[in-house]
Amino acid sequence: MLMGYSFSDLGSIMAMQGFAGLILFSVFVLMALGLAIIFGQMGVINMAHGEFMILGAYVTFLTSRAFTTYLPSLFAGYFFVAIVLAFCAAGLAGMAVEWLLIRHLYRRPLDTLLATWGLSLILQQVYRSVFGAREVGVDQPDWMMGAANVTDSIQIPINGLIVMALTTLIAIGVYVLIFRLGWGKQIRAVMQNRAMAGAVGIDTERVDRLTFGIGCGIAGVAGSAFTMIGSTSPTAGQLYIVDAFLVVVFGGAGSLIGTIASAFTISQARSTLEFFLSGSMAQVVVLLTVVGILMLRPQGLFVLKVRR
Amino acid sequence: MAPETDYLLAVEGLTVSFDGFRAVDDLSFYLDRNEIRVVIGPNGAGKTTVLDLICGRTKATAGSIKFDGAELTRMREHEIVRAGVGRKFQTPSIYEDLTVFENLEISFPRGRSVFGALAFRRDSEVSDRVEEVARSVFLHDQLDRSAGTLSHGQKQWLEIGMLLIQNPALLMLDEPVAGMSVSERVKTAELLRRVIQHRSVLVIEHDMGFVESIADKVTVLHQGRVISEGSIAHVKADRKVVEVYLGH
Amino acid sequence: MTFLNRKDALFILLLAALLLVLLPMVLEPFRLNLVGKYLTYGFVALGLVLCWGDAGILSLGQGVFFGLGGYCMSMYLKLEASTPEATKIQSTPGIPDFMDWNQITELPLFWQPFHSLPLTLIAIPLVPSLLALGIGFAMFKRRVGGTYFAIITQAIAAILTILIIGQQGYTGGVNGITDLRTLNGWDVRSDHAHNVLYFINAGLLLGCLLLAQYVRRSKLGRILVAMRDKEDRVRFSGYGVADFKIFVFCFAAALAGIGGAMFTLQVGFMSPSFVGIVPSIEMVIYCAVGGRTSLLGAVYGALAVNWARTSLSEAFPELWLLALDSLFILVVVAFPDGLAGVYRRYLDPVLDRLLPSLRRSSLAHPSAVLPVEPVVSAE
Repeated sequence: MLMGYSFSDLGSIMAMQGFAGLILFSVFVLMALGLAIIFGQMGVINMAHGEFMILGAYVTFLTSRAFTTYLPSLFAGYFFVAIVLAFCAAGLAGMAVEWLLIRHLYRRPLDTLLATWGLSLILQQVYRSVFGAREVGVDQPDWMMGAANVTDSIQIPINGLIVMALTTLIAIGVYVLIFRLGWGKQIRAVMQNRAMAGAVGIDTERVDRLTFGIGCGIAGVAGSAFTMIGSTSPTAGQLYIVDAFLVVVFGGAGSLIGTIASAFTISQARSTLEFFLSGSMAQVVVLLTVVGILMLRPQGLFVLKVRR
Repeated sequence: MAPETDYLLAVEGLTVSFDGFRAVDDLSFYLDRNEIRVVIGPNGAGKTTVLDLICGRTKATAGSIKFDGAELTRMREHEIVRAGVGRKFQTPSIYEDLTVFENLEISFPRGRSVFGALAFRRDSEVSDRVEEVARSVFLHDQLDRSAGTLSHGQKQWLEIGMLLIQNPALLMLDEPVAGMSVSERVKTAELLRRVIQHRSVLVIEHDMGFVESIADKVTVLHQGRVISEGSIAHVKADRKVVEVYLGH
Repeated sequence: MTFLNRKDALFILLLAALLLVLLPMVLEPFRLNLVGKYLTYGFVALGLVLCWGDAGILSLGQGVFFGLGGYCMSMYLKLEASTPEATKIQSTPGIPDFMDWNQITELPLFWQPFHSLPLTLIAIPLVPSLLALGIGFAMFKRRVGGTYFAIITQAIAAILTILIIGQQGYTGGVNGITDLRTLNGWDVRSDHAHNVLYFINAGLLLGCLLLAQYVRRSKLGRILVAMRDKEDRVRFSGYGVADFKIFVFCFAAALAGIGGAMFTLQVGFMSPSFVGIVPSIEMVIYCAVGGRTSLLGAVYGALAVNWARTSLSEAFPELWLLALDSLFILVVVAFPDGLAGVYRRYLDPVLDRLLPSLRRSSLAHPSAVLPVEPVVSAE
């Protein structure tokens, strides 16, 4: 017995909160995957990652508006169009940023952190001017709002399942791209020895730009998923950047499985704790635990052995 | 573990493995006081790893390193240095943003704690010693220069100077003449012959001419093990050594 | 004084003249109070020069230390303002009003020491340093640095903000600790008090600048620069590298704490909006714009950025953020040494030519060494 709940109650609570955490988990995974590609493979800290996510959310918002106005009959399927558009918009914006900013700073990782921070503030200001400072909510089609009843006391939201499926697909896609196709090798080659990678015929600038673009594109998809759990506002992305970075570091940068496992751990711990504590205290407890563990194990939780 | 010896450095059963790969495998060797030992071996033999282990940069998986009676495997890097082990890296490792004088001064063995460094004064003892060492490494007229602007050879000398000013009982040099011009090599050999007096020296070097000119004894490493040890003539005649070098 | 050459002394005197004579003469009290507020960020920027510019440790959590110092001060002031007489309408008189609103009936234990002014004055630099000591010990002893360290410090800033906002009963929540009145009986809200506090603040800042200059010119300062460049070489010259990092991080934290306390005194309140991620990075921006390797640059950076922010936000409320952020990106990408770097490159040589008596370069300053073409050895 704990705080007046029986164990079967607790089981149901855990399960329900767990599924409620699905979308949060997906947002974390997608944000962290994008960051992990950019940070783990290129060594660049992208503080504007949350703003790329919000770009995806705004694109989703615009798509839903466009469907409501021009194609109301197809509204049920708008979300899938929105995801593709969000990926493209955030990805292209990312490539532009790489060309304008990041490529000048590859040798100064702490400076990329500061420059992308400046960028994130600029993007927030742009969103404020274009979309207004108010939060916007996105309507979801009716069929996605439902829930599947597993047992009497456990329900799973459908939109959560869809986003989960999508996240799984993207994670597999990233895995194939980085570890099965030659792309990951090219990225690492460029990172480890730029001149040599160029000498053996890798177009280093193209690799950098596409890598950054893909990372940002995935953040855009995270933004689409985000519209289901939160209202989109110019500064909403900033709230997620610290969590997302902790997910990456906690999982051990460069480890795909680690990133997913740590996103799962952190989001589940948070949504479970939220049932017992206030939302902010749940966040504090989880963040403190993560920071505490990172202080004891700086290489991340899911990396088994590090060679110095 | 290791018996008390009068060796300056006694390495016994030293083993280190990275992810199952044994870079140094059950290695033992002994270094006398005032002895000059050169370690040779093909690439990947574990030579630099041995220096890393002695100076604490890499932690041993098993084995012991006794230096002047102290067990080095349990000490932190800066404690090993303070015990009297100086180490030069393969690529010149100097502070490019500081002047030559400041580079040498930082290595002067006084005021090494945080508050010691705050209270440190540049008195005549320090500047005299810096000048003396700078003279011996041919840099006495470069003291005010930013170290980043030195030539490659001068940087190597500066790093050797930074070790000399610590006056270590054991000096470890990782390929001290690599990348030097012929004339710089000659000067470096002369420098080393001068500085190795009154201390033990452990040198990694490929240049056989250079090795013959300074070594008392040679240890040949291959795949993390000692395959031969002794005078140059002995090692050169050893069939195993010849196989290792020719077999590649 | 051996840690100041003639040129340093001249420039510090110029800054002193600007802060202590010129600005008080030309500015009306309201503006002067604003400048005093900007200068409190100068304390943080000084610490960042040592920590980030010299030692290469980027902390994105300086707001935490600034806030802790500020909260220490405001807790003292709040207790002084919450006498039983002044709070007799509360259900529990004698405790701060926000505690009463949150149904707290007894002063929490961690508030108790702040009844005493001496303890408060000790706590202002000590509490931030102790937190820095804990973080530094955990991180630097395990050789965590660079971007990881930056992310962890940022997370700590986030945690502390959420914690302060969440625990309203103990901290005043999102509004912070407000309605502060007197310091040991002296009303800090009057124009006269603001004026006095401005001079105390400016004097303290100059004192901290001299102290920081002393640290930089000591061997410790050179070791910090050496560590940034070749950490292993420093370690193998017999130094405990982690100890030096911990020291400089604690030193920067203490400076930030003093800045926070002076901020509270001059502005009259402290709130979590000066603690979190955004203010912490803004403090780094002041330092970056002024020049991360120049103490004077950092102070001018804090002044200039804040002054620009105030005047631009009055004139162009929509555009000033864009302008400031673009300036910041430009500085990071194109002028990593900030205003001080521009000065060193273009103005310093001119000054040397005009006033040759100032040049006294027995040993160039560590970070003042300008890139010179590498010279091939004369062979």
